[in-house]
Amino acid sequence: MQSYIIRGYFITSRQFNFMLEISNLACVRGDHQLFSGLSFSLGAGELLQVQGENGSGKTSLLRTLCGFMQPAAGEIHWCGRDVHELGEEYYAEMIYLGHLNAIKDELNALENLRISAGLAGCAVDEKEALAALRRMGLRRREHLPVKVLSQGQRRRVALSRLLVGNARLWILDEPLTALDVGAVGLMQELIGEHLSKGGMAIFTTHQPLQVAGVETRQLMLS
Amino acid sequence: MNRLSLFGLLGLVIRRDLLLAMRRRADVLTTLVFFVMVVSLFPLGVGPEPEMLRKMAAGVVWVAALLASMLSLARMFSADYLDGTLEQMLLAPQSLSVLVLGKIVAHWMLSGLPLVLIAPVLGLQFGMSFQGLWVLVLVLLLGTPILSMIGAIGAALTLGLRGGGVLVSLLVLPLCIPVLIFGTGAVDAVNTGMTFIPHVALLGAMFLLSLVFAPWVTAQALRISME
Repeated sequence: MQSYIIRGYFITSRQFNFMLEISNLACVRGDHQLFSGLSFSLGAGELLQVQGENGSGKTSLLRTLCGFMQPAAGEIHWCGRDVHELGEEYYAEMIYLGHLNAIKDELNALENLRISAGLAGCAVDEKEALAALRRMGLRRREHLPVKVLSQGQRRRVALSRLLVGNARLWILDEPLTALDVGAVGLMQELIGEHLSKGGMAIFTTHQPLQVAGVETRQLMLS
Repeated sequence: MNRLSLFGLLGLVIRRDLLLAMRRRADVLTTLVFFVMVVSLFPLGVGPEPEMLRKMAAGVVWVAALLASMLSLARMFSADYLDGTLEQMLLAPQSLSVLVLGKIVAHWMLSGLPLVLIAPVLGLQFGMSFQGLWVLVLVLLLGTPILSMIGAIGAALTLGLRGGGVLVSLLVLPLCIPVLIFGTGAVDAVNTGMTFIPHVALLGAMFLLSLVFAPWVTAQALRISME
């Protein structure tokens, strides 16, 4: 047992347990400090909800985790290494869905899904893409231009990205916006499946989101 | 599901932008019609004297190409920026420079290549010699990609700014002056019976230099714009 600790085994196992580690993170927007000294870690199978009032820095936190914004202070580690060092390796393991759907009005749902998955580095064949869209409740809408779909259906097209690809970390900014009750249930199911496969998810929402059998950890920004 | 190679990704971005342009043809036609109109206005303005027109043909075509390529620059990244696609591109696990190169190639195919193809017809209007036309096409073929590449840097730097469309022209046009000088110089050289090779060689050097640096600089500029 002693040798374990001497060889640093204890530390290694801890690093694998906590895949995403945030230490002492601070975020500044303009002259305004949104938060500082923020530390938390997230391991396989864990779900974290970021809470806070409008303007408390939820989106800024998620965007910092994605590397769009540089943190004013603090570090973000993935599997024990700084995400800036990891760069593309980190991006291959994460997926971010923000307020914007990142879909094109001129393309149909199928084209949108295949292209956005392709831009994220994975080639998805038509069968796989159709299966994902049908799972998201878009049966018979696959070949319609996205501009004729409703807001909720567009959101479903964007969320179907989660079903293709094998990202371990999901970062979801208000994923439930514009979704109906059925789709919210489906999202809970999808997050549950993702966590049970050893994935992890961070999300913000103003709606209740309960995943069966998983305790949602809360992070309050004030 | 397979991982995409770099060339696969490059092809995907080009195909995507061409597909989007096909669904929104008006944008492509605007550039081309603008180019034809500007070139055709010159004989009306300066008078129909064949000798003078022949002398100024290359310059007119080049200046019009420069202005026409400015038209579509503002759109290069703005649609992707507004609908969130650009965010996703920044998160791509491949080099952002490759994605940017794909967008530049697509931009050139949609706004540069049509100009190259229509230029000989406009040159004929001005009574240019056969050899002059041939050289004009050659220098446009080398020069218009440079305009797209320098333009990409400007478009990325002005992304999300109010009045970005005008600003990008002010930023990019001065940088395109060398292309204009050597592009018109090559055709002038042919008309005066000299060799056009030095001009083409310099344009080729500029092309290679921008091919190496422009995608990378644009990628950095995009990251700054997204903060």
